[in-house]
Amino acid sequence: MINYVYQLVNPQFFSIKFENVDLKSKVLVRPRFMSICQADQRYYLGNREINKLNEKLPMALIHECCGEVVFDKTGTYKPGQNVVMVPNTLSNGEPLKDYMLENYVEGSYFLSSGYDGFMREFVDISPDRLVPFENIPLQTAAITEFFSVACQAVSRFDKFAHSTRETITIWGDGSLAYVLACVLREKFPKSQLVVIGKNERKLSRFSFVNQTYLNYELPDNFKTDHAFECVGGESCYDAIDHIITHIRPQGVVMLLGVSENKIAIDTRLMLEKGLTMIGCSRSGKADFEEAVNLMKTQKVIRRLSSIIYEDSPVHNIDDIHRVFATDLNTPFKTVFEWKL
Amino acid sequence: MIFGAILAGGSGTRMHISSLPKQFLPIGEKPIIIHTLEKMLVCHRFDAIFIGVHSSWLSLMNDLLEKHEINTDKVRVVSGGDNRNDTIFNIITEIEKEFGASDEHIIVTHDAVRPFITLRILEQNIDAALKNGACDTVIPATDTIVVSDNGKVITDIPNRTFMYQGQTPQSFKINLLKELFERLSEDEKQTLTDACKICVLNNYPVALVNGDLSNIKITTVNDYTIAQVIAGAEPFGGISGD
Repeated sequence: MINYVYQLVNPQFFSIKFENVDLKSKVLVRPRFMSICQADQRYYLGNREINKLNEKLPMALIHECCGEVVFDKTGTYKPGQNVVMVPNTLSNGEPLKDYMLENYVEGSYFLSSGYDGFMREFVDISPDRLVPFENIPLQTAAITEFFSVACQAVSRFDKFAHSTRETITIWGDGSLAYVLACVLREKFPKSQLVVIGKNERKLSRFSFVNQTYLNYELPDNFKTDHAFECVGGESCYDAIDHIITHIRPQGVVMLLGVSENKIAIDTRLMLEKGLTMIGCSRSGKADFEEAVNLMKTQKVIRRLSSIIYEDSPVHNIDDIHRVFATDLNTPFKTVFEWKL
Repeated sequence: MIFGAILAGGSGTRMHISSLPKQFLPIGEKPIIIHTLEKMLVCHRFDAIFIGVHSSWLSLMNDLLEKHEINTDKVRVVSGGDNRNDTIFNIITEIEKEFGASDEHIIVTHDAVRPFITLRILEQNIDAALKNGACDTVIPATDTIVVSDNGKVITDIPNRTFMYQGQTPQSFKINLLKELFERLSEDEKQTLTDACKICVLNNYPVALVNGDLSNIKITTVNDYTIAQVIAGAEPFGGISGD
C-alpha cells in the first residue's frame, strides 16, 4: 500500500512523501486525533538553529497522537482498537540495564525529531509501541504522550526525593505545569501543592492545587521541600534562581523546561543547600501505561480536558497551517481530528 | 451494504511496453493493483471488494492475491466486461447474486490504475453516495480548457472556475444506477465514457468529492514513470520506506 506522509520540508512548507507500507510485521494505525507540542511549533515556525533544521527536516511533525488499529497481522490488536502511539523507538541494541529508562538509551530515536512523526495517512508501528485504551475521549487521549512526560517526572521524583514532601512547588503556568500538577495531585494528595507563574489567567485554571502565586508576589519567606521547573526558554534562568532561593536544603529540583541556550545556575547556594537536580525529558512505554491508568479517573479526564482547545478537523494541507496558527493563540493544548 | 469495485478490465494497449496490462506493472515490489486493493482493504466500511479483471487475467489476479498474502474473505475476483460500464454492471450482477438486491447497497467504483487513492477520498465517497445517491471525485482544473469542435480551431474557452478534472472513485446507490441506466436509449448507452454520465444524461445530480492531485491515473508510459518517481521507487526496483 502506498502511504501519504505529510512532511515539513522547510518552515511553514509541507510536501507529501509517498512510502510503501509493509503490513506483515507491524501494526497499521490510522491517526485519529493529534495534539501540537511546542517542539512541533518550533520546527513549523523555523525557531531552531539553522543547522538543526537542516539536520532534522524533512520530516513529518507531531508525536502526540491517538489512533485506531486498522490492520494487525501480528495478532496483538483487533481492528478498531483505540491506541496511543509511543514515539520513542528503541534501537535493536543490547538489553537495557535495570536502572535505564528507555527514553534515555543512546541510539534510541524519537518520531518527529529527525524521524517522521505521526502526520501520516497511516502509521506502521511495532505492536510494543502501542498502548491500548478505552473510555477516554479521543481528544484527551491525544495528549497522552504529553501527560506521560509528567508521569515519568513524578515517578523519578518519587524515587529520588527524600521523604518529606509537605510542600511541592511547580514553577511555570503552562500546559506542562498543568499536567504535572494533575499527576502530583493524584500521587501526593496530602502534599501542599503550589504553582508559581506569571499569568494570572493561566494560574486561575489550577483550581485543584492548594495555592498559586504570581512570581513577583511570592513571599520572601516562602519555602518548599521540592520543586519542579516547567518554565523553559530564557526565563528558566530566573525560575531556577528562584527555586534555589526558596527550596529547603537537600530538596530535589526536577528540570523539565527546554531552553535553546545554556542557563547559568547559582552553584554556590545550590552546593550550600546540598540540592539534587534531575533532568527529565520525554517518556517511555511504562509512563504511557501509567498515564492511561490515571486517565481512567473521570476527575483526571475532566482536568485534562479543560486545557484542550479542539480546532476544526484537518482535511488538507491548508488545514495543517490553520491548526498551527490556532495553536499560537491558544494558552494550552491545541488538538484536532486528523482526516487526511 | 457498501461494496468496493476495482475496475481492471483494461488490456494495456496504451502502454505499448508490455503485453501485461498496466494494472499489473510494479511500483516498488508490488503491482499497481495490489497497492490499490490494499488501500481499499484498510477502509473498514467496505463489506466486500470486487475486482473486475479481463477474463484473460483472472488466474494471474488470483495468483497475485496469494503471492501478496491477501487472504481476506472480503475480496472477490470477477470477470470484467468489454468496457468500463460493462465491468461495473458485471460486478453489480455478482454483488446481487451473493448479497441480493437492496436500495441500501452502495458501490464505490475505482480505477485499478489509481494506486495513490487515500482513505479520506474513499470515506468521503461513501458519505456522499449515501447522502446524494451519486458522487464523482474531482480536482479543480489548473490548465485552461480549450474546446474545439473540429480539432483545428478553438470553439470555446470555458471559464476555468467551473472546470474540474474527473478522477475516481465514482460512487452510487446500486439500484439508482441500474434504474438510470435502463432509462437511457441504446444510442446514449453507446456514448457513455464513464458511469457518472449515466446520471448526468438523466439530469440526476452528482455530488462532487474533492480528489487529490496525487491521485493520478497510470495510463501511459509517462504516467508510469511519474508514478514510480513520486512513490520513490526505482523502475522495477525498491520503494522508499522506513
